[in-house]
Amino acid sequence: MAITSIKNLKEFSTANERFEGAHLLCPGCAHSMIVRELMNCTDDNLVIASNTGCLEVSTAVYPYTSWDTSWIHIGFENAATAASGAEAMYKARKRKGTLKDPDAPVKFVAFGGDGSTYDIGFQWLSGAMERGHDFTYICLDNENYANTGGQRSSATPIGANTTTAQAGRVSYGKKEKKKDMVAIMAAHGAPYVAQLAPNKWKIMAKGFQKALETEGPCFINTVSACTTEWKFDPKDTIHLTDLATDTLMFPIYEIIDGHELNILYRPKNIIPVEEYLAAQGRYKHLFKPENKHVIEQIQKDIDAKWEYLQRREEARV
Amino acid sequence: MAEKMELNEIEVWDGNYAASQALRQAQVDVVAAYPITPSTPIVESYGAYVANGYVDGEFVMVESEHAAMSGCVGAAAAGGRVATATSSQGFMLMIEVLYQASGMRLPIVLTVVNRAVASPLNVRGDHGDMYAGRDSGWVQIDAFNAQEAYDLTLCAFKIGEDMDVRLPVMVHQDGFVTSHTAQNVKPLQDDVAYNFIGKYQPYEEMLDFTKAVTYGAQTEEDWHYEHKAKQHKALMDSRDVIDRVFAEYKELTGREYNRVEKYFMDDAEVAIVALGSAVETARYAAEELRKEGIKAGVVAPRCFRPFAFDGIREALENVKAVSTLDRSCPMGAMGTLFNEVSAALYTTEKRPLVSNYIYGLGGRDFSVAEAKRIFKEQKAHADAGHLTTPIQQFSGLRGPKLGFFETKRGN
Repeated sequence: MAITSIKNLKEFSTANERFEGAHLLCPGCAHSMIVRELMNCTDDNLVIASNTGCLEVSTAVYPYTSWDTSWIHIGFENAATAASGAEAMYKARKRKGTLKDPDAPVKFVAFGGDGSTYDIGFQWLSGAMERGHDFTYICLDNENYANTGGQRSSATPIGANTTTAQAGRVSYGKKEKKKDMVAIMAAHGAPYVAQLAPNKWKIMAKGFQKALETEGPCFINTVSACTTEWKFDPKDTIHLTDLATDTLMFPIYEIIDGHELNILYRPKNIIPVEEYLAAQGRYKHLFKPENKHVIEQIQKDIDAKWEYLQRREEARV
Repeated sequence: MAEKMELNEIEVWDGNYAASQALRQAQVDVVAAYPITPSTPIVESYGAYVANGYVDGEFVMVESEHAAMSGCVGAAAAGGRVATATSSQGFMLMIEVLYQASGMRLPIVLTVVNRAVASPLNVRGDHGDMYAGRDSGWVQIDAFNAQEAYDLTLCAFKIGEDMDVRLPVMVHQDGFVTSHTAQNVKPLQDDVAYNFIGKYQPYEEMLDFTKAVTYGAQTEEDWHYEHKAKQHKALMDSRDVIDRVFAEYKELTGREYNRVEKYFMDDAEVAIVALGSAVETARYAAEELRKEGIKAGVVAPRCFRPFAFDGIREALENVKAVSTLDRSCPMGAMGTLFNEVSAALYTTEKRPLVSNYIYGLGGRDFSVAEAKRIFKEQKAHADAGHLTTPIQQFSGLRGPKLGFFETKRGN
């Protein structure tokens, strides 16, 4: 049974206390907001698998755990496979009648950062999506390897300064564009794929519920603003996320059955990307005269993507 | 309910098929696997059981061996019986997760069909993969033929799932020589085999939501050491359970297994210590040499892990010379069996002469003639009262003779 009436954020934030407030994530980290929201939007039992990353190292340091539900972490790359295995065991035991409570609904969820999702765990995720396990994979996308101190990932946008793609005298930071993971997951034919953001919490909760209720493998990319590596004041996490969604740097949309695209949020006033970039230390160098062309490029890419998403939505193909 | 299979009193099975039948009879809940030569037929046979209604469990064909063991870990933490199979490169790819499976104390059964490790690429049998697993925290049991591959796979579930053990178990057999050679195998009927293993007992399972469980936590310098020491103790303590399970299996089938297998050791003067199919070759050679008056015997660690330090010592302390045979290239050191056996014998009064042969790499055949020659060489050592050859030599190697290290013990 899912919680259906979501009206009040304060009420919702305490709907289902299965993720303890005591954890080691940075103040201002959006990970915990996203995880808490996922766990609050359903009353079903949850089996959660986490890849190695910020979330994992911050929530299960022996002898403590922040997880008041079944939780497993194996390695950097295999949360999707751990969830696959657990889901297969659930099916086998249900068939054989060996479950303690065979009628209780169970949902299987895997969390990974963009490092484990876009890079090191890409194969494991693709395999699990192809096999069609009934689970939801949620990427906490903070666009860098934050747990190891801010190295580039294939989710890092062009122009961002990271420790392994540095801005310097002859470099404007990362040269490559961000991998389009949402499209790749949709291309697996997954029944539900979406990109969501915690500032639009009602949309996010509905998306989570849709994914949990959809049979088969679902994928959600969530923007998780990283105060430490994006370099902004921890109190500004949601403000930063507002800028991310309202500049359309992170458009909010879903793709059903691999093809039906719906835009879930249209900003009333689309903000120029400059404002989003200027709010973060990782883009500071782009405002030097010699790097202005990168900002222009980012804006151009955003406009083209938004145009593409709208045409895809209109085309209903 | 899964269909039962009527089996003949004696079947003609190869090691792979024997292992697959044991997995079927164990009514495994989840098999997550990825095929690799020479263990592929285990997974294929299991696929045939699934397709024809002989299996109720889930069969998850993943995209790599790393994922196979990852799926097994997720499944085992969810409270049911889990097994898979692999070899060589697949085993190497699994290694990261092997440590995680044992660290989380999950009783998974892995049938390993031993094969050489590249480079150069080689699909034939040696023990390079088995040796790479020796610090992974798994019980490692070695089968020397198809019958044993079947018997010991059944035993593996009962050992690993025992509440006093709760550790993953590997059952090894030699690639091709055992895995692809059809032999007479006496199987148990389905009910008898399943009842021997018993119903799976879940422990701290993820699908019991009355009690939240956290698997795979982080521990740093404050707790990691204690966890690892406890895991080592569990592996050491599994020795009693292994003995008990072997005793129960003997009662059921008449077939006897011991953590250290001894052959002609009561009065042996010279001995070979080996693993895998070479054990049977050495036994045959010992039998032949006995006709010539050489008191030859064979010792085989049935359990590679936990290593029977005391059992090996007890078996060999009265021989004069022993050759340890390693089917894995130690790369810059003495062979593993040499090191383990020497360490055990160093603690004895008489300290028999110990030497080391590397043999059979990449599936190079190990012959009776070779085994006889090694025995005779031990006899020469024994008669001389000291080693008459370098301590480490290579058997069956083409090209110039290789030998390393001289003894410093006088005669």
